[in-house]
Amino acid sequence: MIDLQQIHRNFQVGDQVVHALDDIDLHIAAGEYVSIMGPSGSGKSTLLNLIGLLDRASSGRYLLDGEDVTTLSDIEQAATRNHRIGFVFQAFHLVPRLTAAENVELPLVLAAMPVEQRKPLVARALESLGLSDRAHHKPEQLSGGQRQRVAIARATVTEPAVLLADEPTGNLDHKSGDDVINILESLNKRGITLIVVTHDPEIGGRARRRLEMRDGQIETDSATESQGA
Amino acid sequence: MHNRDVARFALVALRGYPGRTTLMLIAMAIGVAAVVVLTSLGEGARRYVSDEFSSLGTNLLIVIPGRSETAGVNPTTLMGETPRDLTLDDALALTRSYSVRRIAPLNVGSTDVNWHGKQREVTVIGTNHEMLAIRHWELSQGKFLPDSDLDVATPVCVIGSKIRSELFGAKRAIGEWLRLGDRRFRVIGIMGSAGRSIGVDVQETIMIPVASAQQLFNTPSLFRILVEAKSRAAIEPVKRFIVDTLQERHQGEKDVTVITQDAVLATFDRIFSALTYAVGGIAAISLFVAGILIMNVMLVAVSQRTAEIGLLKALGAAPKQIVVLFLSEAFLLSLLGTVAGLVLGEFASLLIRKAFPVLPAQAPLWAVLTAILVALLTGLLFSLLPARRAARLDPVLALSRR
Repeated sequence: MIDLQQIHRNFQVGDQVVHALDDIDLHIAAGEYVSIMGPSGSGKSTLLNLIGLLDRASSGRYLLDGEDVTTLSDIEQAATRNHRIGFVFQAFHLVPRLTAAENVELPLVLAAMPVEQRKPLVARALESLGLSDRAHHKPEQLSGGQRQRVAIARATVTEPAVLLADEPTGNLDHKSGDDVINILESLNKRGITLIVVTHDPEIGGRARRRLEMRDGQIETDSATESQGA
Repeated sequence: MHNRDVARFALVALRGYPGRTTLMLIAMAIGVAAVVVLTSLGEGARRYVSDEFSSLGTNLLIVIPGRSETAGVNPTTLMGETPRDLTLDDALALTRSYSVRRIAPLNVGSTDVNWHGKQREVTVIGTNHEMLAIRHWELSQGKFLPDSDLDVATPVCVIGSKIRSELFGAKRAIGEWLRLGDRRFRVIGIMGSAGRSIGVDVQETIMIPVASAQQLFNTPSLFRILVEAKSRAAIEPVKRFIVDTLQERHQGEKDVTVITQDAVLATFDRIFSALTYAVGGIAAISLFVAGILIMNVMLVAVSQRTAEIGLLKALGAAPKQIVVLFLSEAFLLSLLGTVAGLVLGEFASLLIRKAFPVLPAQAPLWAVLTAILVALLTGLLFSLLPARRAARLDPVLALSRR
């Protein structure tokens, strides 16, 4: 479902060109559980942003469900992010003045879904993450683990095909981090394609398919290794 | 995104930063209130002057002896010209037009008034019975001057209420004889409190028949002749009639000046309207200042909420939606500020009206509408730049900043 072909992403830093992604070829099938690991600056976050259509490749082709999304306009890309991709961030990125329910509702509001359709979806998303009793709390009244669960509810309320998590446990203690990973894995078991960026080998090791990145290239891919073995 | 959701999002955003929102509201409100108050003062001054002139009488023409030539220097201005006096016969001649409703000759002088040893100096007006109707005056007691021929010098007088209280105190004034100069007059009426016109307080004058005044001041001439036309449309024909009639009577000399009250009124009206526009314009500058403040604050809002903008983009907000969100926020702010400013301004005008009842301070509709329009437009215009800056933010950079 995700098909990256000869993807390059270059940044101009001063008078130097940095190759954040250097000729990436990657295919991820629907329903896969992939972790991307590597030292900071290896390009793992850039790769995730590119898959999430937050960033554009300098060259190469990106097919999402067989459709070339590299040539889409800003508006079309925004709509694609809204319907088909969910994001979970390290810093949660909840809007502080909105309640948990309103934060979860946000992607539906942006998609101009009528109120009466929105409400049941939000309620179901909150319930499935055990947050029904926290629906009307502001983010500041929630613990870190609860905040990340609200963020997951927001990411999944549009029922996207892909869930992208960038260091989802980075701001959490061990226990809450474990909970969050369990939730993400259970979502994956129900069919969502899960891609997790992390530098924590314990978390990265739980994925069925593990990518190791270094200097903008995929150094090892557990899928091809097992084929070779 | 639905309009209602946009409005709600903007409202919640404004509530989220109460200090900033309050400051901007105050800035906008002061701007709008300034326009309302200043134009209401200008308009109040205009209406005050206009009312004063209307109190002179309606459809009124004033005949003044002598010619005031404003068209430059001509031989007569250099040589000097002694105008002929206006006489009672001139005044009578002016009644011979169908378009003239009534006339009142006017003689003014100053002399001493005596009653039972009390004495004061007083302005004496010699006129006829028509004066009451021409000037829209009211009597509080008795009768006005009798309806007799202009050259009949009846020894009666009508006194102002202030004269009455000063001379007679609590005693009955009607029927009493008082002395003006060396002549005796019987009091037949007392002016009501409504009589007032520019310069002269009627309550401090004594009115006597014009022939009596001519005898008293020993002059055959008149100070003014007031002419009331039958309608507004008749003012111009009557003016021509007066000039022609008096030219004929004065051996072909055009030696009178006819002022129409409308012309004077129109001049003052123009002056005060210009004044109102000017102060309104100055006040509108404060609206632009408020607009710049809004721009500033919106720029701060954009940089404060960078991560939020990145998030909205990640959740699928198109650049246009981001622009709409920030513009709505600024528009809502301008709208609330405008409403607050209108309330504030109208309240201040009300206070001015209460404090100075003679000044009908009320902002004209055009000023209020302009203030609203300018406030909303500046609010939108000045937030366009911040909104577009927000829309152009790179989501990756925006999200990585905390």
